[in-house]
Amino acid sequence: MDLNLTSDQQLFRAATRKFLEREATTVRIRELTEAKIGFERSYWQTASELGWTSLLVPEEMDGGSISGRPLADLAIVAEEAGQFAAPGPLAVTNAVIAGLLNVEGAKAHAGVIGEIASGAAVATWAVYEPGKGWDPFEPTATATRFEGGFRLNCVKDRVEVGDQADLFLVGARLDGELCQFLVRADAPGVRVDKMWSLDFTRHFATVTFDNVAVPRKALVEDARTAIEYQCQTLFALQCAETCGATARVFDMALEWAFDRYAFGRSLASYQAIKHRFADMKTWLEAMHAITVGAIRSVQDRADTASKISRVASIYVARKSVEIMQDCVQIHGGIGVTWEYDLHIFLRRATVNRALYGTPEEQRSALSALLAY
Amino acid sequence: MTLAVPESPDMEDIESFRLRARDWLKRNMPPAPDPALEIPDEERWARARKLQGALYEGGFAGLCYPREYGGQGLSLQYQKVFTEESLPYEMPIVFNIPTLSICLPTILELGTEQQKKQHINDVLCGREVLVEFLSEPHSGSDLAGVLTRAERDGEKWVINGSKIWTSHAYVGDVAMCLARTDWDAPKHRGLTMFLVPVRSPGITIRRIRQVNGKSEFCEEFFDNVVLGPEAVLGEVNGGWAVATRRFYYSRSAWGRGNPYISGDHELSQAQSKGIDYGGYQSLAALAREVQGPSARAPDAVVDTYVNQTVRDLMARRVIEGVESGAMPPEAASMVRLFHAQIDWLSVDARLEVAGSHAVTGPNPENSGIGSVGETFLIRQATSLGGGTTEMARNGISERVLGMPRDVASDLNISFKEARKIFTENRKRK
Repeated sequence: MDLNLTSDQQLFRAATRKFLEREATTVRIRELTEAKIGFERSYWQTASELGWTSLLVPEEMDGGSISGRPLADLAIVAEEAGQFAAPGPLAVTNAVIAGLLNVEGAKAHAGVIGEIASGAAVATWAVYEPGKGWDPFEPTATATRFEGGFRLNCVKDRVEVGDQADLFLVGARLDGELCQFLVRADAPGVRVDKMWSLDFTRHFATVTFDNVAVPRKALVEDARTAIEYQCQTLFALQCAETCGATARVFDMALEWAFDRYAFGRSLASYQAIKHRFADMKTWLEAMHAITVGAIRSVQDRADTASKISRVASIYVARKSVEIMQDCVQIHGGIGVTWEYDLHIFLRRATVNRALYGTPEEQRSALSALLAY
Repeated sequence: MTLAVPESPDMEDIESFRLRARDWLKRNMPPAPDPALEIPDEERWARARKLQGALYEGGFAGLCYPREYGGQGLSLQYQKVFTEESLPYEMPIVFNIPTLSICLPTILELGTEQQKKQHINDVLCGREVLVEFLSEPHSGSDLAGVLTRAERDGEKWVINGSKIWTSHAYVGDVAMCLARTDWDAPKHRGLTMFLVPVRSPGITIRRIRQVNGKSEFCEEFFDNVVLGPEAVLGEVNGGWAVATRRFYYSRSAWGRGNPYISGDHELSQAQSKGIDYGGYQSLAALAREVQGPSARAPDAVVDTYVNQTVRDLMARRVIEGVESGAMPPEAASMVRLFHAQIDWLSVDARLEVAGSHAVTGPNPENSGIGSVGETFLIRQATSLGGGTTEMARNGISERVLGMPRDVASDLNISFKEARKIFTENRKRK
């Protein structure tokens, strides 16, 4: 995706790919699906050791990046993960880390960040509320104060890896102010109900917080800033993952076009087919370009990051599924069969299109940001 | 081969260059004109020649052209800085395409020492505008099929035939003209590129009126136009190699990575309106005019912002990819294709926002917002000029993705023979 990877980053990409080739084959993904498992903790542990959860974390908190540009490094993982439709909450966990790191008093959360970075704890962002769309800055959930800290009474749904998470980052109002709380899954009053998911391994849950007591130190300050970082990180990584998944499907379709013979010649020799591939290749490059642009602007904390990351989110979400469906068409009937692997990636892209801001929701957010 | 930009070790530090440019621009260039102002074509070109001359005098013309030919021998980075600093000022934008970014780099790469000395200097000081005599009534995208002939007459060449779709030929001084010099050779191997003085005896120029009422394109007729041997650019019968390089420069001119382009019309307009990103702002202004002020940009405006942001990053990515060798030169066709696709969407968005104002209005003399409707009529021009988008798709699929070429019957036989076969077969079965 990024045409300017350092040699260290290239090595890192190769190591990431090797791991995925071993642990995230489509055969393995189908096994997990049959067993109704999102991901195995041992898998996540190894992934963490490869840097999946520690790249964003500074060295003094036992993390460390490859190139000094952690989000760019992480995007390499996300793109490769997309190439495999890999299991594991890569984007959302790192969004939580980004949120915790970008608040005043981030050091107070060093312990929790360390737990997440080591792979010992899986963190997720409980951001959606029942009956509402993507609206991360306007939670209706409320928290109240009591002597020992806070009490949380709310329901969040579409919580990614809700069934396997150890920590929930929960947005709520406290005295009318936007706040975030880090809540442990084993806290009394937390109930998790699994939801249905279109993706094979990316599971969701409804999480009910019934008068959950939250200690004072679990309040994450600077909610507005943190949530914006969470958003930008999530958008950029999700785009990188979708780019990887789309590139994989594009390659499958291109290989198919060369191999498939019809009316005495390969599909790839028909101009009607070639022109569609030219369009798709062009759009794929555009997806890569805007994603790299988003990653760079978020990494550099550029003024434009809030806009560029949302532009990426809109463009990548729209084009990915458009390209994939055309790839299905080029495959013919086999493209809509269960046994052919293409739908594993189409599922991932469709979920990414719908989650953490649909293009329609992002367009509305972007509209408010534009100088109009 | 990529765009050859010299790296000179004795280059001025980039920040002091920026300050020097800023200071010079402030003292020497007029402010950018109001984008709403319709400047007549002839006046626009006269001003551009003067401004180009001023840049030359100030040492800011042809930043990436070698010093020995009148340029400044600087890298792309310096050109980018200069363009950034130039945004508040009127620049000779019309010199960019094709003169500075397509024709002149081709001459720099393939011209004789004499041609380089003469044309690069003449262009940079504003004395010469280059145009292109390429397409013909019988062959547009299939450029190698040109029928205009150049025949030897002793040392001289005599040209007969006609060309079409030349942009701004009426203001041009010298044209790059592709003609057939060997009819017994196969299609691509009997062509020669000539540098033709536009006002040579025997050349007639006619302006073509477009659907939007404007006339920027021309057609030319050649009636025994006589040229000397020094008019040949590249090798005799090696015209296709010249055309191929010209195509490369042409494709890269669409993005913002061509080092020979100075100034940026879109960004300049955006800045003059105090808006942070080029392109969508004129649509935003239209939306406010038509729909009244509102706190939020309508969907069409946001979509246009998205598309144009993606387009610019996409162009930069591909141009950098080609320069670094990560992508083949033909990848530049993706920039060409994408630009056209986004342009379509932008024109459609304007039509959507303008509503009925695009087709009728109160002032019988001035169409006002109606220019949106007229622009819509000529929407496909961006997908046609400089090689159609279909050609771009062929290039991308064949040269980037390695898909098989379509069968062509005219590649390995003499052009004369190919024409004969075509004439016999043209009747519909």
